[in-house]
Amino acid sequence: MEQGTIRLKTGLAEMLKGGVIMDVTTPEQAKIAEAAGACAVMALERVPADIRAAGGVARMADPTIVKKIMDTVSIPVMAKARIGHFVEARILEAMGVDYIDESEVLTPADDKYHIDKRDFTVPFVCGCRNLGEALRRIAEGAAMIRTKGEPGTGNVVEAVRHCRQVMDEIRQLCALPDAEVPNFAKEAGAPLEVCLAVRKEGRLPVVNFAAGGIATPADAAMMMHLGCDGVFVGSGIFKSGDPAKRAKAIVQAVTHYKDYTMLAEISRDLGEAMVGIDISTIPAGERMQERGW
Amino acid sequence: MARCVGVLALQGAFREHMTALARLGVAAREVRKLQDMDAVDALIIPGGESTTIGKLLIDGGMLDPLRKRITAGMPVYGSCAGLILLCRNIEDSEQPRLGVLDATVRRNAFGRQVDSFETELSMPVLGVEPVSAVFIRAPVLTSVGDNVTVLAQINGQAVAVRQDNVLATSFHPELTTDSRIHSYFLTFTV
Repeated sequence: MEQGTIRLKTGLAEMLKGGVIMDVTTPEQAKIAEAAGACAVMALERVPADIRAAGGVARMADPTIVKKIMDTVSIPVMAKARIGHFVEARILEAMGVDYIDESEVLTPADDKYHIDKRDFTVPFVCGCRNLGEALRRIAEGAAMIRTKGEPGTGNVVEAVRHCRQVMDEIRQLCALPDAEVPNFAKEAGAPLEVCLAVRKEGRLPVVNFAAGGIATPADAAMMMHLGCDGVFVGSGIFKSGDPAKRAKAIVQAVTHYKDYTMLAEISRDLGEAMVGIDISTIPAGERMQERGW
Repeated sequence: MARCVGVLALQGAFREHMTALARLGVAAREVRKLQDMDAVDALIIPGGESTTIGKLLIDGGMLDPLRKRITAGMPVYGSCAGLILLCRNIEDSEQPRLGVLDATVRRNAFGRQVDSFETELSMPVLGVEPVSAVFIRAPVLTSVGDNVTVLAQINGQAVAVRQDNVLATSFHPELTTDSRIHSYFLTFTV
């Protein structure tokens, strides 16, 4: 019997495909998310919009909050550790969290190295803005990738940019003659063997979700069309007027993303969406997507 | 009549089952809506999140019609979440289900993700060579009815069963390249 294998780690992500992973901060919110059909929840102390508003250093959530949420729902529970903070990650692993998000939403703890994720039994998901970043994370042991987008903004434009960037680079990599692949790897800052795995499969070797700014069923459906395997919704649900209804609508939109008649029905009467932020109004130093290396 | 196997594609690892069927050269199609069921002679319910898939089955008005098709003899195979959805009784849960398999299931029976495991599993109906079985937050059947045949077990509890036209496994053959379970299921369709 073997545990903590890459197949088990990437396998759980495969099971989450076509689903919606929702940020929750209380057991009550976790119940609403589960009842709406979330395939997993992300247990947090504050959603990204509130982290952004609060400023200061954002850290791993209090284990009590995470534990209460784990005790409340039967679906997988994820939690965030700071970039590079392997002790926060070990604590979450010891608690039995199902997936760890090494996340730029929290303040990075190491300005040079991400966590060496290969050494853990628990699987990790990491954010990316381009293919090189995705492949570096996979080489470090990430079993799932998501776009960074710009968390807590309710503005999907950065998630779209990052998704298109990754897909575009995958197409380029797959079209290259063999002789030019090592140089592509060098310029992307990605290990050659992971580049070769992408060429073999024609896609990332792990599941890729959209994250960072998804606020409506249409946003979620667009990310599926762009080639994402599922979506994370952070602030978009519990910062909206009617979280239960919006959550359920986004779940349905991810399943039926190709059916526009159905999407029209799903998108009706959802109440107020979260108030969005124009990315150009966020000073460069305060953009969460710039965190990570 | 040419057979076509549907793969329920509401949420979860449906792509892997499509790939497994393609490897066997079998016509397959994704099933997202009730109308998609008209074209299929058998159905695979993939791994995923059973509560999510159950809710989407209800929202799409598919739960009762699917149950009728299975009761009328359509072959169905459920892996992991699919197994849960097929069971009549689910411990500590009121979640939606098809309830066609006379068995009681315990969800997350081995624990959380850190307790997930791979093992070589004896499944005599497939031959002497064991199957490489991937258990991810997997369920087990804590009891089965007299009409249910146990095909494989771990620690004395059933993890693969057959009841007439219904096949269910706690583990995920779609995550491996061993096609024997899919081939075995296809024998139900002839």
